[in-house]
Amino acid sequence: MKPRRLGAWLLIVFGVLYFFVPLLGTFEFSLRLLRGVYSVAAYRIVLADPRFAATVTYSTVLALATIVVGVALVVPTAYWIQLRLPRMRPVVEFITLLPLVIPAIVLVFGYLRIYNSSSALPLTGSARTTDLLLMFSYVTLALPYMYRAVDNGLRAIDVRTLTEAAQSLGAGWSTILLRVILPNVRVAVLSGAFLTFAIVIGEFTMASLLDRPAFGPYLQLIGANRAYEPAALSIISFAITWACMGFIQVFGRGAPGQVAGAH
Amino acid sequence: MSFLEIENLQKRFARTTAVEQVQLEVTRGEFVSFLGPSGCGKTTTLRIIAGFESPSSGAIRLDGVDITHRPPHQRNVGMVFQSYALFPNMTVAENVGFGLKVAKKPADDIKQRVEEMLNLIKLPALGNRYPYQLSGGQQQRVALARALAIRPQVLLLDEPLSALDAKIRVSLRLEIRSIQRELGITTIYVTHDQEEALSLSDRIVVMSEGRVEQIGTPFEIYNFPRTSFVASFVGTLNILRGRVADPARGAIVIDGQEIVASRGLEHVRTGDVCSVALRPEIVSLGEAAGNGNRMQGTVEDVNFLGSIVRIRVRFKDNAISLDTFNNPSLSLPQRGQALTVSFPREAVLALEAPSST
Repeated sequence: MKPRRLGAWLLIVFGVLYFFVPLLGTFEFSLRLLRGVYSVAAYRIVLADPRFAATVTYSTVLALATIVVGVALVVPTAYWIQLRLPRMRPVVEFITLLPLVIPAIVLVFGYLRIYNSSSALPLTGSARTTDLLLMFSYVTLALPYMYRAVDNGLRAIDVRTLTEAAQSLGAGWSTILLRVILPNVRVAVLSGAFLTFAIVIGEFTMASLLDRPAFGPYLQLIGANRAYEPAALSIISFAITWACMGFIQVFGRGAPGQVAGAH
Repeated sequence: MSFLEIENLQKRFARTTAVEQVQLEVTRGEFVSFLGPSGCGKTTTLRIIAGFESPSSGAIRLDGVDITHRPPHQRNVGMVFQSYALFPNMTVAENVGFGLKVAKKPADDIKQRVEEMLNLIKLPALGNRYPYQLSGGQQQRVALARALAIRPQVLLLDEPLSALDAKIRVSLRLEIRSIQRELGITTIYVTHDQEEALSLSDRIVVMSEGRVEQIGTPFEIYNFPRTSFVASFVGTLNILRGRVADPARGAIVIDGQEIVASRGLEHVRTGDVCSVALRPEIVSLGEAAGNGNRMQGTVEDVNFLGSIVRIRVRFKDNAISLDTFNNPSLSLPQRGQALTVSFPREAVLALEAPSST
């Protein structure tokens, strides 16, 4: 074997060990709830806990709402920038990157200051409106991923000519967006949607500080009070995230002529 | 009466004028081509007719109705693009039926019209294919069917054959012309390919730098170009520079040899420098009978181009290319050989207003 190839293999082995040994350790630990034998007892306890089902359901519903609002916000915006305002692209890209450089805790303190119960728009005044606030904060949090995925998808098709072709056939803006553009960036939108889902399902900071019963704070609560169950929950979280990544890979292939976005 | 009227159309972008005072009247069922080099304003004019660009000034009337400020989806104008622009997520049949579906036509009518259109473009069996499963030529035929399916008042084609290879280009252009004749649809065609424009059109609009240089039938454009731009852009041309010897007779001296132009020297004086143009195919080897022009020169080059042979003959400062049909019994002149070329007086095109020296 050539020395360069050997070096590459060593690096791959090191990487695999670095990522998988802690995971294997966690998995192995999660099976040791019963003394002396490996069992899935910790998983049974976690799955039987009504708070697990409640928090996973809550986070899933919020993730789906985030995806719907995110797609409704990002697809027309990215489309319009591509079609009519290409000069605005750097500005919009900068704005969409802000959630990556501004810590979530700073964002949530900002929300609390602006939308507290004594403000002009008291979104934290009730549980439902706080859910709404949390959902919008998730839209912001997922913006860098959703925007990039959709923008990459739009760049890969000839947006202008397809739009003009549809216009010349009598289509208005909503028809063009729903029947021509969206189906052709479907794979890119799905990529963004799965990334959004993976982010929302494990998010802790915003849900915790807005005091909502999401999966992230539940994970932290169990981790602070129990030994084996948090390890089982970590593995379940990984499984959900990997399932999302798997879906991106499956749908990312798409039909020929379909365009995938950034993964 | 004109069906499509373009009146004093002007389009200015930030610092440039893309289209300047374009004036055109197209009759119903006519095939008009906009011909010119890149950046001459032909595509911008087409896009204004389609409604994708709004003019800075001027008006467009279709069948007597002012459509200048109408959005593109309300113009009933079919458009075929260079890049086909088929919707990748739809089958051929769905692409062709898209406009009808948007117009909320009954499903049976859509099905029938799609079949009709697929038969028209001779692809009746490909309705269930996706665009990526078709060749470039097939995709462009589908794009044509899609544009025609909505029964547009005018069909616009923006360099539709540019992305295709030479053989398909020729067969498809014949097909476009025959479909256009069959349907009798008013058509505006944009191209930079003179052969395409000459072979397809009822009339050609030659454009340069945003302006219309000449409007005429292919015969007029080729044989009687009004400006030096049209003369040089359409077809191959020999440009000879000389000096006016006798304007009354149309006599010009080129490299010490006198030739006569039958027209175009009405406004010049003796001694003026002038340029004349000659098509290569109008020049013959040897001395022609009658009172045509004759010039003595030396063979500079002989190029075999398949069906024709192009011979370059140098006089002194000027040189001329002439085309002769190839045949196996043709005896070709040798390089350096002295010979006589001849051409009729009517073939000499005086190009520019000469400047006095």
